[in-house]
Amino acid sequence: MIPVAFSYARPDSVDGALALLAEHGEDATILAGGHSLLPVMKLRLGAPEVVIDIGRLPELRYIRVQGDEVAIGAGTRHRDLEASDVLGSDVPLLAAVARTVGDPQVRHRGTIGGSLAHADPASDLPAAVLALDATIVLRSPRGERQVPATGFYTGMFSSVKEPDELIVEIRVPRTGSAGWAYEKFTRRANDWAIVGVAVVDGRVGLVNMGASPLRASATEAALADGASIDEAAALADQGTDPQTDVSATAEYRRHLARLLTRRALTTAAG
Amino acid sequence: MSIMGTRVVRTEDPVFLSRGATYTDDLTDERLNGALHLTLVRSPLAHARITAVDVEAAREAPGVVAVFTGADVDLAPALLFAGANPGMVRPWLATDKVRFVGEPVAAVLTEQVYQGQDAADLVEVDYDPLPAVVDPRAALADEVLLFEEVGTNLAGGFGHDKEFDEHLFDDCDVVVTRDIVNQRLAASPLETRAAAAVWGDDGRVTLWASTQNPQSARDEIAGWLGIDAALIHLIAPDVGGGFGAKIGADPEFALVVWLAKAVGRPVRWAETRSENLTGMLQGRAQLQTITIGGNRDGDVLAYRLDILADAGAYPRLGVFLPFFTRQMAPGVYDIPKVESRARTVVTTTTSTGAYRGAGRPEATAAIERAMDLFAAEIGKDPAEVRKRNVVPPDAFPFETKGGAVYDSGEYAKAIDRVLEGAGYAELRAEQAARRERGDVVQLGIGVSAYVEITGGGAFSEDASVEVHADGTVTVLTGTSPHGQGHATAWSMLASEHLGIPIEKITVKHGDTDLIPRGSGTMGSRSLQTGGVAVHQAAGELVELAKRRAADVLEASVDDLEVAEGAVTVKGTDTSVTLAQLAEKEQLKVDTVFDSGAPTFPFGAHVAVVEVDIESGKAVVDRIVTLDDAGPIVNPLLAEGQRHGGIAQGISQALLEEVVYDSEGNPLTATFADYAFPSAAELPSFTLLDMATPTNLNPLGAKGIGEAGTIGATPAVQSAVIDAVSYLGVRHIDMPTSPLRVWEAINAARVESGAGSDSSEGAQQ
Repeated sequence: MIPVAFSYARPDSVDGALALLAEHGEDATILAGGHSLLPVMKLRLGAPEVVIDIGRLPELRYIRVQGDEVAIGAGTRHRDLEASDVLGSDVPLLAAVARTVGDPQVRHRGTIGGSLAHADPASDLPAAVLALDATIVLRSPRGERQVPATGFYTGMFSSVKEPDELIVEIRVPRTGSAGWAYEKFTRRANDWAIVGVAVVDGRVGLVNMGASPLRASATEAALADGASIDEAAALADQGTDPQTDVSATAEYRRHLARLLTRRALTTAAG
Repeated sequence: MSIMGTRVVRTEDPVFLSRGATYTDDLTDERLNGALHLTLVRSPLAHARITAVDVEAAREAPGVVAVFTGADVDLAPALLFAGANPGMVRPWLATDKVRFVGEPVAAVLTEQVYQGQDAADLVEVDYDPLPAVVDPRAALADEVLLFEEVGTNLAGGFGHDKEFDEHLFDDCDVVVTRDIVNQRLAASPLETRAAAAVWGDDGRVTLWASTQNPQSARDEIAGWLGIDAALIHLIAPDVGGGFGAKIGADPEFALVVWLAKAVGRPVRWAETRSENLTGMLQGRAQLQTITIGGNRDGDVLAYRLDILADAGAYPRLGVFLPFFTRQMAPGVYDIPKVESRARTVVTTTTSTGAYRGAGRPEATAAIERAMDLFAAEIGKDPAEVRKRNVVPPDAFPFETKGGAVYDSGEYAKAIDRVLEGAGYAELRAEQAARRERGDVVQLGIGVSAYVEITGGGAFSEDASVEVHADGTVTVLTGTSPHGQGHATAWSMLASEHLGIPIEKITVKHGDTDLIPRGSGTMGSRSLQTGGVAVHQAAGELVELAKRRAADVLEASVDDLEVAEGAVTVKGTDTSVTLAQLAEKEQLKVDTVFDSGAPTFPFGAHVAVVEVDIESGKAVVDRIVTLDDAGPIVNPLLAEGQRHGGIAQGISQALLEEVVYDSEGNPLTATFADYAFPSAAELPSFTLLDMATPTNLNPLGAKGIGEAGTIGATPAVQSAVIDAVSYLGVRHIDMPTSPLRVWEAINAARVESGAGSDSSEGAQQ
């Protein structure tokens, strides 16, 4: 459980991190909370030559209201999301989803930017951010760009983020009193979700139903057309491509997606 | 007031809770200064021929002192379990073939531990892949052979050379048969395997190793290395759990000793968690066919158990364990006709050995499943059917059709107590109400009754008790605790006789020079053998002290009594302390206690689960257990054993399973994939007490270490099935995962939709 040798850098600013990324390109990787990266390195499934630690940059750790949105710094810990009064009142789904990640130790280390960048389809936050129609802000020496969460993911552990780009902020619409729910199905309390369903304001994000986090578009369309919750939820697995693994078959995951969507929509409807 | 039976807080814990224990990898003994660190190159393939091993690049890597391959090791491959097919020997490092993922192929020794994996990654091994054989049924066909020269995959068996009685079920109105799985489990102790060895100028080797029985491990290693056991000084420092998987020595321990000799320097080894999940002995792994028959009144008349056990690649203790499964096959029931057989095969997987219960949980799971199936088939309450068939209390000692002699038991009473404790009638009413309402979350109630065998195999144990001139006491024991609390319990046993407080008593164990003879801690044997030996030694020391004091005090031995660490002439204040006696002459007793036979603790469990019938997820709501191990020395320790055992039992029923794909790749080699439980998956436990003594030892004590596991597993499995039985489900294999429960419900719905009747349903 000892990784391959690597260089470690801890820049004292985002600009410093971007300069290092530009210098090392694909040989470098960003370390934030480390809860996904370090196991991969210790199991030698990954061997970055340069690790750039942004875990202690205060400029990336904030939650603030900005007009109709809440702006969240990429280095904000899951625990910060969970405990945030702003999110509790303005984006309650995000606070609730953060509370289901791992265990307290994990939540005190893991960051929202790290979770989104890692692009693990089994992670909770990406599906929530998708359902929230959030915007992901990427910065590089070439400048800053805003990517809608729905256009961010391109496949298993991959996104539109370029090697020289860093996620610096997530902008989440304030959903306020809109109905929301998160249904996370696990065998053990701190497992990754076998399937998860995040619902807010009639939008549905799916965890672990394909190579990347995705939206249940058929369900959303049916709801918009006035379908009942049961009818709409029955379409939740349309357009998905779930895996078979030790915990579940693809068929079972499809069943869970439909079931959990029904439950989440029912809860969200109050 | 007697200290026996009181809740003395563990004397071990202050160290564990403050500076921490000293496990093998933590040792700072100066003899290990300058030790090299061993990293093993392990096979990534389950079954392959090795065509070349190139270690040249590794030899050049930073910090590398030596690299060894199988060709360099001048030790004959060893049969690791004497009862197994003699051709199934394991090389110390693989030479011509590898037979499981994780088999050591080369050994890299580096100055620093961090240099090891980098160098190991540079070892180039060319493999020519062979087909894997993972399913024991496929192994039995002998189409793919692990040991071509042996000509079969059959590693051993019991009762398999004669045919089953075709008339066994002739008297039965109802016969139910089913194939069931007792799945493979990983022991997963918190301390993984570790060893450290240094040869001295005197030609002896000191070996520190994480083991449950240092004396047996010493002898095993000496045999493998072909040296006199007296040349090995084996020390087990603090051992962080074993659960049976640390019984005896692992081949890696012997390799560490051999390497230390070969390079002339101390060598240390500690495996990673992922290595542990493929390298350490795994447990259970039996495929069983159960057949039960009886009449519609509920009398069980005949039972057959057919076992196909999985030894893994190189036969270890797992080859023997079906012996216990056969012996305990009838469980707590007086069944007129019982027959069984066991065959054990090698497969291209990790070797199997003991895991908490070791052969007995497999017997209990089988007979308890059979009782449920039989009760369901005749439409009677499973608890009532059990009580109707148990061995009655006046029948002991009772020789079973499994060939065991049960010493004592109150089986029906145990069942009644847990039914009452759980509120069984109310639970059934609640279950009926939920079914009536069509609730999504249904209630399941599982009842199990069990008897198990403790102290089997090694009946005798050594103990020594010495009172020193400063008034302190040293107890030496041949048992070797790794979490059980012997320091506390053995101190209590000595204190009871000597009247010396436990604070002044030190218990020593696990050092083969200090304690050359001993059988260690396994099979729930320690109290009923080692504890009784301490009790006996302390009693003998009291008699010795009285004889010596008689001279000093000029009194008759009959007029003397021992209390509060002194010998006193009864009715007077004339006395001499044990410490004063020790000042004149060493005051020490060495003794051996031999029970001559094992004991048979028993109990009953009721598990209550809630099953979400839409998702299939089961959650244990309550578990009520009665575990009768005779009189209890320290309830705190006994309850701790029950808690851990129940947790592991629930976990087998609901969560844990070692899984390989068809190519022999382990799919559960990290704790992200292997469903090791946490407190969040477990309810609070309700423990009921009963104490039926054995007459096989003066304490009346039986073993408690594995009881919880043995009772809880079938109770929880049964409860999950019970929750969905109204939908037509009769059986779900363990672990009863959400996926399995959902699939079983679907299958039952398809079945009932096809209009089949209930008797066909029972055969599915």
